[in-house]
Amino acid sequence: MAIEPRQPPSQFIPKLQRAVGGSAGWSGFVVQIVFVAVLAWLAYEIVANARANLQAQHIAAGFGFLANTAGFDINQSLISYTGSDTYGRVFVIGLLNTLLVSVIGIFFATIIGFLVALGRLSPNWLLSRISGGYVELIRNLPVLFQILFWYLAVLAALPNPRQSISLFGSFFLSNRGFVIPKPIATAGLEPFAFAILVAIVASLLLRRYARRQLFESGRLITIWRYVAGLLIGLPLVTWLVFGAPVTFEIPELKGFNFSGGSRVIPEFVALTVALSIYTAAFIAEIVRAGIQSVHKGQMEAGASLGLSRGSTLRLIVVPQALRVILPPLTNQYLNLTKNSSLAVAIGYPDLFSVFAGTTLSQTGQAIEIIVITMGVYLLISLVTSAIMNFYGWRIGRSLSA
Amino acid sequence: MKRVSLVLTLAVAAGFSIQAASAQTLKAIKDRGAVSCGVTQGLAGFSLPDDKGNWIGLDVDICRAIAAAIFNDPSKVKFVPLSAKDRFTALQSGEVDVLSRTTTWTLSRDTSLGANFTGVTYYDGQGFMVKKSLKVNSALELNSASVCVATGTTTELNLADYFKGNNMKYEVIAFATADDTIKAYESGRCDVFTTDQSGLYAERLKLANPADHVVLPEIISKEPLGPMVRHGDDQWFDIVKWSLYAMVTAEELGITQKNVDEKAKSDNPELKRVLGSDGNLGEQLGLTKDWVVRIVKAVGNYGESFDRNVGAGSKLGIARGLNQLWNKGGLQYAPPIR
Repeated sequence: MAIEPRQPPSQFIPKLQRAVGGSAGWSGFVVQIVFVAVLAWLAYEIVANARANLQAQHIAAGFGFLANTAGFDINQSLISYTGSDTYGRVFVIGLLNTLLVSVIGIFFATIIGFLVALGRLSPNWLLSRISGGYVELIRNLPVLFQILFWYLAVLAALPNPRQSISLFGSFFLSNRGFVIPKPIATAGLEPFAFAILVAIVASLLLRRYARRQLFESGRLITIWRYVAGLLIGLPLVTWLVFGAPVTFEIPELKGFNFSGGSRVIPEFVALTVALSIYTAAFIAEIVRAGIQSVHKGQMEAGASLGLSRGSTLRLIVVPQALRVILPPLTNQYLNLTKNSSLAVAIGYPDLFSVFAGTTLSQTGQAIEIIVITMGVYLLISLVTSAIMNFYGWRIGRSLSA
Repeated sequence: MKRVSLVLTLAVAAGFSIQAASAQTLKAIKDRGAVSCGVTQGLAGFSLPDDKGNWIGLDVDICRAIAAAIFNDPSKVKFVPLSAKDRFTALQSGEVDVLSRTTTWTLSRDTSLGANFTGVTYYDGQGFMVKKSLKVNSALELNSASVCVATGTTTELNLADYFKGNNMKYEVIAFATADDTIKAYESGRCDVFTTDQSGLYAERLKLANPADHVVLPEIISKEPLGPMVRHGDDQWFDIVKWSLYAMVTAEELGITQKNVDEKAKSDNPELKRVLGSDGNLGEQLGLTKDWVVRIVKAVGNYGESFDRNVGAGSKLGIARGLNQLWNKGGLQYAPPIR
């Protein structure tokens, strides 16, 4: 008769005890329950008190105001907006304007930051000193000051629309912003866009094929010529067959301002430029630290394989450095997004300005609006973090593979 | 949605919980020893600190009149400069006892902000200012212009209505403070600066070359400007309301800063009642019998304050117009003190 091996005693109770009470056991559990209860009671008191007082003073409450007509205009909106739209739409306009500045700011800050970091590490004396000077100058000046500098000192100094600087008679630069011809879709746009799509997909497939050839049979195929041919040639063919994909509406001076064309307002330019340049200084230091954290033997190994400095950086050093770079880089992205609320100083209609500013004082519903605005900034930040964490996880996986 | 609001209002609500609705404003002010008064961040004629740091202006005088009525000392006021955007929150949260900050009386502000207007200190209307060199003579010629405006104001709403109503296009650039707005106008970012007409004259003084700018003749709105107090304390509401009426009544009866002591000795029954030698009208307000004497001694009657701050005796030189007394063709009218 086989002897049943003795089962170890069930660990369920001790495990539960540790999970809910930590090392203090059951008494720790009681303390936690009491703590949560106190927190909940405090929260309830604050909310109940606020509600009672709002009611007693007849201050309007609730989120019904979002459906009311706003009645004021906004000078930059990505989706159509007029004064007869609702506060809810004002919120969306503000949010989109904030996201626009953030995304474009992050894009340029990253590029400038990487370039300055590489410049600082460059063996070229002049380049490294200029990059070092950039970092020290920019990161030590307050960002609000830099925004006002670009807005009031640089962009406001441009001539008025009647004396604007004109390029080819269709691009105009003035203190009202940068006016460019506006593309208007024609019948040729659809085949044109389709051709570009086909070219991109074909290029990606080609790249995959080239990589496989390289890894499997060591054959190096130079593909950039084919890619360039695809990307330029295919759309060009459809252009010739179906006609131009767009026509341009040329802006012209009418009255006080340009009519027609698209316009980039100076508030947007000042904010984006200032935030990109400011954040780039911090990113440059983060990237430099990341690259220097990679052992210099890696660089030497690359050189001994006959790779150029650029290729060594791109293929060997930067991928390893990214693990160090990513967490602080995420911080900078979040900072840039939050700093975009300084738009209020120069009249750029971001979320904070049009919603937590104008809408708040037109409706007087401070609690609701501040809560919504806080929630939105929190959400933007959490989503940005999540994306960056996912990217970091992928890099970690590919490095350890 | 209600559930969400319950959970999320935590942090902000704390600010509101301190000021429970109560009839304790006067007592709180006496305990504190000063009236807390919300004013502009600097608008000539209405509220602006002079070179010694003393606040002067028509809006300031209202607060000084209240302080004089309570403490017999017009200097017992704590002035809190507020942007247009922040003013209502400051009043709602109890940071200021009275908001005397060129604020336009509208229905929605009266009903949804948890505050009440106590009267009209200045009948204003919205106007436009442009550079003379643009050779614009009328607001109707402003199609396609860029307009600078302070955000969170009725001005911003009237502007939208006016251009829409006249089928004109425009670009609005809205700034958080009046200073940013006028700076942007001066730098050429916009062609037009708009605010209440009194404000246009006041802000024009800040420009490098005031003579290069012209105020257009059109008045596009009614802007009755007045003080505001929180809901829930009717005694305080009455004190603020009647402090202004006391100044208007004083002008009507010819009581001035100089002759107030003399008038107080008069046998005229109306003067005796108003100036407190007969009856206890001031005490009914929670003040003293001689409250009107105190107010007029401190800031003068309405006409004196007007002249000194915005009228003929000031740099602004604005005509009385609508702000003349009712019996001289204007709108300033105080219910009888009796």
